[in-house]
Amino acid sequence: MDFGFSQEEEAFRQEVREFIQKEYPPELRRQPRVTFTPSIHGLDDEGWELMRTLSRKLGAKGWLSLGWPEKYGGQNSPFLQNIVYEEVLYNNCPGINHIGVTFLAPTLIQFGSEEQAKRHLPGIAKGTVYWCELLSEPDSGSDLASIKTQATEDGDYYVINGQKTWNSGAHLVEWGFILVRTDPNLPRHRGLSYFLIDMKSPGITINPILDMLEEYEFCEVFFDEVRVPKKNLVGGKNRGWYVTMATLDFERAAHMYYPSIRGYLDRLTEHVKRSPEPLSPVLRNRLAELLAECEMARWLHYRAIWMMSKGNIPTYEVAIDKLYNAELAQRVAEFGMQVVGHYGGLLSGSKYAFLYGWPSYYYLDTISYTIMAGTSEIDRNVIAQRGLGLPTE
Amino acid sequence: MDFNLTEEQEILRTVARDVLTAECPTKLVRETAKDEKGHPLRLWQQMAEAGWMGLIIPEEYGGAGGSFLDLIVLLEEMGRACLPGPFFSTIVLGGLTVLEAGSEEQRTELLPKLAEGKMLLTLALTEPSAKYTGDGMQTKATPRDKEFIIEGTKLFVPDAHISDYLICAVRTQATQSPEDGITLFLVDAKSPGVSCTLLKTMAGDKQCEVLFDNVAVPFSNILGNLNGGWLILNKVLEKAVVAQCALMVGGAKQVLEMTVEYAKQRVAFGHPIGSFQAIQHHCANMLVDVEGCSLVVNNAAWRLSQGLPATQDVAIAKVLTNEKFKRIAALGIQIHGAIGFTQDHDLPLYFKRAKAWEISLGNTIFHLDKIAKAAQI
Repeated sequence: MDFGFSQEEEAFRQEVREFIQKEYPPELRRQPRVTFTPSIHGLDDEGWELMRTLSRKLGAKGWLSLGWPEKYGGQNSPFLQNIVYEEVLYNNCPGINHIGVTFLAPTLIQFGSEEQAKRHLPGIAKGTVYWCELLSEPDSGSDLASIKTQATEDGDYYVINGQKTWNSGAHLVEWGFILVRTDPNLPRHRGLSYFLIDMKSPGITINPILDMLEEYEFCEVFFDEVRVPKKNLVGGKNRGWYVTMATLDFERAAHMYYPSIRGYLDRLTEHVKRSPEPLSPVLRNRLAELLAECEMARWLHYRAIWMMSKGNIPTYEVAIDKLYNAELAQRVAEFGMQVVGHYGGLLSGSKYAFLYGWPSYYYLDTISYTIMAGTSEIDRNVIAQRGLGLPTE
Repeated sequence: MDFNLTEEQEILRTVARDVLTAECPTKLVRETAKDEKGHPLRLWQQMAEAGWMGLIIPEEYGGAGGSFLDLIVLLEEMGRACLPGPFFSTIVLGGLTVLEAGSEEQRTELLPKLAEGKMLLTLALTEPSAKYTGDGMQTKATPRDKEFIIEGTKLFVPDAHISDYLICAVRTQATQSPEDGITLFLVDAKSPGVSCTLLKTMAGDKQCEVLFDNVAVPFSNILGNLNGGWLILNKVLEKAVVAQCALMVGGAKQVLEMTVEYAKQRVAFGHPIGSFQAIQHHCANMLVDVEGCSLVVNNAAWRLSQGLPATQDVAIAKVLTNEKFKRIAALGIQIHGAIGFTQDHDLPLYFKRAKAWEISLGNTIFHLDKIAKAAQI
C-alpha cells in the first residue's frame, strides 16, 4: 500500500498552483458563477471569452491530456491530470470543457477509430474545441435506452431527426456527441448508435433553458433532417449503448466535488476565525464531520483514478465516487447556509451578500448534482447490481 | 499511489480468513461471551502457532518483524470473525506500548513471551471519569524508597482479569498541564493491593474495574521516562485507534457479505428481496460506506507506518468507521428482518460490537473534537 503522492506529483502540484496564481485573476475566482464546477456555461460573453482563453492556456501547457496514452500526446498519468482538476476546482478556476476532456476523449481513445482520434483529440487537448453531450430526451432520462431520436442511413450519411434536452453548453460549443436509434426493430439497447456531430450542421435548432439559478446553462436541441457523415459513427452501428455506458462511467469520475467542497469549507472556516462570534459547538461538530466525509470522498475518487492508472476501467466504483461526492456537496451547502444564517438568503451582488454570494449559489446549484450524470438512484442501482451482484428481477 | 496489498499481506489475509473460519466459528464467539475468562485457550494456541502474536515483534525478540500495515490486515480478519479473547489488549494496547517505550531490558524480558503467546498484557488507562484525555488520569503514584506506591481506580480496562501485567497510566506529578506528569508503570497483576472486578458488557467483551490500593511498583518497572507517559500514550493510542478501526472495517465487510447473500436467497412477493430497489439502495449505501471506511483507515495506517503526521487522519478514520459501521450493522438487521434480532443469529454480534468499538478509544464526539482541533477551529 502507498497512500502518498510521489515527489514528482507534489512538485507538479506546486507548478499548477503557481500557474493559477499567475493566470487567474482573483476577482474571477471569487465569482460564484465560476465556482464549484470547472466548465460553466451560464457566463456572460466576457466571462465566456475569458474561460476559453484560460482553456487554451491550460491546453498549451499540455494539462488537459495528461491522463491520455503517450501516442495521443498524453503522459499516461491519470493522477497528474487529477492534480490539475483538484487545484482548478479548489481555487474556483474555470477553463476546462469537461465534456470534451473527461467524457469524450477517453471514450474516443477506447472506442474511436484512429481517424476520429487524430481528427478530434488535438482540439480537445489544446483547449480550442468545446463539446456538448446529447443523451437525454424529454421522455427519456434515467431510462436512457428508451430514446426516440432516430438516424437513418442515406449514402455516406446518417440523417438525424428528433429532440434532445438538458444539454449543457450546447448553445456555446462547436461539437457534440449524440446517442440515437439506428434500428427500431432491434431490442432497445441494441439498436442505438453514437455519433460525433458538428453543432453548426444545418437543421439543428438550439434553445437555451433558463435554470433555477437564472442562468442559461443547459439547452434543448432539435434535429430536423441533420446529416452526419458515416465516418462520425463511434464504435460501430448499433453499438452505441456500450459506448455511452463508457462515456457515463468517465463522466461519473469527472464529477469530483471534493476539491470545491473543501475550498468552500476552508473559506467558510477562514471567515469564522475572523468573526468575533465563535462557531457554536453544534456547528463545530458538524464541520468536523463534513471534513471527515470530504476525506472519504477524496479517497473514493482516488480509488477510481488509481484503477484507471493501472489500466483498469472502473464501473460501480465511479458510481460510488459520484454518488458520495454529490450528496456530500448538498450536505456541505446546507451547512454553509446554517453557518451564515440570514445572510445566506442573499444573492451575489446584493448589499450584505456574504462570501460573494456563494452560500445561496451553492445551495441552489448542488441540488442538480444528484440528478446530472445519472441520478443518485441510478448510481445506487449500478452499485447494487454491478458492485454487489444483486439480481435485476 | 497504490491500494494493493503486498503478496505477503494477501497470503496473511487468506491464511487468517481460513484459520478463523475453521477455528473461530460464531458459536465459539457466543460461548466465550458467556464465559467469565473470555479466553479460548485452544484458539489462542493456534494463533500463537500461526505467528500472529509475534507478527509485529522484531525478529531479534522472536517475532516476525512485520509492519503495522500487516497488523491492520490481520485485525481486519479478526474483526470479521468477531475474534474473542485478549489479542487486542495484549498485542495492540500492551505490545505496541512496550515496543514504543520499553527499555532494552524490558523488551528482552517481555517481547519474546508476547511473541510466543505466553504472556497477557493490557493497558489500564481510563478511570471512572471515562476520559481519554490527560485530565482523566487521576490515579496517583508517590515515591517511597525504590518504589512507587499506586493509589486509585482504573475502569473499563480490557481483559485485566486474565492479564499478567497491567500497563498503568498514573499521575506522578501535579502539573499545570494535565498531560504532563503522567508515567506508565508495568504492574504485576498479582501485586498485593491490585483487585479486579469483571463488568458485564453489552458485546460480551471483558472489561474490568481495577483497584490499586497501596500497590508497590519498583522504579525499574517504569516504561519510558518518569512523567513522560503522555507522549508515549499519544503515539500508542493513534495506532490503537486505527487498529480498532480495522476491526470495524472487517466487521462491516462481513455484515455486508452476509446481508447481500441473504438478499439474493430470501424470496418475498415472488422475487428475491435483493431485486427490490428499496433493498438494493440499502445495500448500495452499505458498500459505499464499507469501501470508504476501508480507504480512510488504510490511509491512516499507512501514514502511521511511514511516521508521517496523522493526528487528523486517525480521528477521521475513527469518526467515519464509528458511524458507518453502526449504520451498516443496523441495515444488516433491517434487511434480514426479525431473524436478525435474535440472540442466536450472527448479526447481533456485529451490531453490539459496532457500538462497543465506537465507545472504545474515543467515541465519535471525542474524535470530532480532535478533527476540529487539528483544523484549528
